[in-house]
Amino acid sequence: MNNIKEIVVVSGKGGTGKTSVVGALASLLTNRVAADCDVDAANLHMILNPVVIEEKAFIGGKKATIDLSRCTGCGTCREVCRFQAISEGYVVDHRQCEGCGACYFLCPAGVVDFSSSYAGSCYICRDKYSAPLVYAELLPGEENSGKLVAMVRNEARSLAEKSGTPLVIVDGPPGIGCPVISSMTGVHVAVVVTEPTISGVHDLERIIDLAQFFKCKTAVVVNKGDVNPDYCKRIEEYSTTKGCTFLGVIPYEPRITEAQIRATTILDVAPDSPTSEIIRVIHKKLLTILEEL
Amino acid sequence: MPVRVWDAGREEEAGWAEGPSGLLKNASALSVEKDRPTREVLPASSKNVRSAEPRWYGRRQDRSMNIVIASGKGGTGKTTIAVNLAYFLARSGQVVQYLDCDVEEPNGHLFLKPRIESQVSATVMVPTIVEKKCNFCGECSTKCQYNALVSLPGIPPLVFPGLCHGCGLCIHVCPENAIAEDKRKIGRLEKGVGLENISCVHGVLNVGEAMAVPLIRKVKDCGLDNCVHIIDAPPGTACPLVATIGDADLAIMVTEPTPFGLHDLSIAVSVAEKLSIPLGLVINRDTNHFPPLERYIEKHSLDVFTRIPEDRRIAEHYSKGDIIISALPEYTSRIHDLVSSMERVSGTTIIGGAV
Repeated sequence: MNNIKEIVVVSGKGGTGKTSVVGALASLLTNRVAADCDVDAANLHMILNPVVIEEKAFIGGKKATIDLSRCTGCGTCREVCRFQAISEGYVVDHRQCEGCGACYFLCPAGVVDFSSSYAGSCYICRDKYSAPLVYAELLPGEENSGKLVAMVRNEARSLAEKSGTPLVIVDGPPGIGCPVISSMTGVHVAVVVTEPTISGVHDLERIIDLAQFFKCKTAVVVNKGDVNPDYCKRIEEYSTTKGCTFLGVIPYEPRITEAQIRATTILDVAPDSPTSEIIRVIHKKLLTILEEL
Repeated sequence: MPVRVWDAGREEEAGWAEGPSGLLKNASALSVEKDRPTREVLPASSKNVRSAEPRWYGRRQDRSMNIVIASGKGGTGKTTIAVNLAYFLARSGQVVQYLDCDVEEPNGHLFLKPRIESQVSATVMVPTIVEKKCNFCGECSTKCQYNALVSLPGIPPLVFPGLCHGCGLCIHVCPENAIAEDKRKIGRLEKGVGLENISCVHGVLNVGEAMAVPLIRKVKDCGLDNCVHIIDAPPGTACPLVATIGDADLAIMVTEPTPFGLHDLSIAVSVAEKLSIPLGLVINRDTNHFPPLERYIEKHSLDVFTRIPEDRRIAEHYSKGDIIISALPEYTSRIHDLVSSMERVSGTTIIGGAV
């Protein structure tokens, strides 16, 4: 059970090409489970074209609602709510409500309802390579994306256990906050896909620090490398000084969009392109990293 | 009773501390131009953009306008549009403040290059157990919704600060008054004045810190009165976006003509529509080769504020931290179109027609 290795692909900055890279790697990795942990903007299934086998409901956090017909207007709830979520007319703004339950537990009249509801779905699928894929869709604007990420990872791991698959590859969310932390805790390898721009470099430092905070083995890929060769070089040097494995540089490739439109990977659209070439190299290097774990 | 979730900590020494490696040390302080004369700010009508409900939760008694730039998908060009819009408005004489709510990965300052004048710690409150008073009843851990307190038999509860939302419920429910509070730093706020006198605020979430929303709220609390707030939203469509966009007068959704861009755009648009926020699109890296996006726009009767064509020179200037309309002035008209459309949709004069 503990032989399952997990790779997470993250970026810090959004839109650097995480999902395109994960899609291509998932097509090369023969014995794996794929998991899309970017639950509020999931895209991997659009490349891997899965058949959904099972849909599981995700129940979100609780929210307070005040029964105005029984409310005595004492004001306790407004006093104890630290999120300014209750109006003068005792209506709870669910945008502000963090579901702490203070109003529910402290209302002297007991007129606050505190319950959770459906907040999204987790899909267990078989993708077009006949390999398992787990992804999820959070309802727009919902909270608790970190919990849904944990659900996706648990489902992916249990699929891997059941089928004896040794590897889970996770498409992570952008940023460094709650859902990223949830995607990264306990994984073995973090692959950072960055781009040679001032923002990409700025965000790279923070995501590498986060990966190392979680003691993941960290590797770096530069996408759209030819946009700024100077930054590209600096990223390579920086990654090496931080003890990361530098996996390679993917050139700017307009056919990535074509691949998305055809719902497939760049390896299918342009198998002989330099991009496909370097992705195959990255795949090999990753296998070596996994063997050395 | 104190109602605020968190306080600004002490003002820290001003200065620019950009990561341990200083990879980007060149991106810091540029000198700032002398004060430009500023035009009369928004007319009172600007407050009536979304009059459906009273804005009791905000601090907005002034005549500011909140413009949020969002996208759903990351990397579509939010920051590019936001900084160029801010720059354009400031050059047109408007008083502009840039509020970077992408606290996980703030980038706007790399382009607007503010000289950081103040750094303030951002803190949340966490419980501390007064061990002498605790009778191990477990009331606090039973009621805490975030599993931030764990009771074990015979010892005071363990506190997990990283899980705590600072709601204060445990303090209220403890029958022995055995819980006090302490501040916990989750990040910092940096403020300064950048290019074209643009006042800039950005939050920097500590690495390893999960809770972005309190810091986002803190950035928004820094909004100055009587100016245009250009608010750079985080990617995604979950609670950080809602916290950013909640009291917007207008949302600009930046998208790209790709299947991923469209998929995530549609989720972000439904968030804004759910919150009844007027919105328009900016189509970035436009190639005209993606009919599904055009069909989506038509089906939902969305407004396209402007289109920025695919141009490798934009990517190259962006990579260096340049303002696009300054490096490639031919794109100024696109941002002007954006502003005109914003004025049309919001029924507001933003720059008084002057360019």
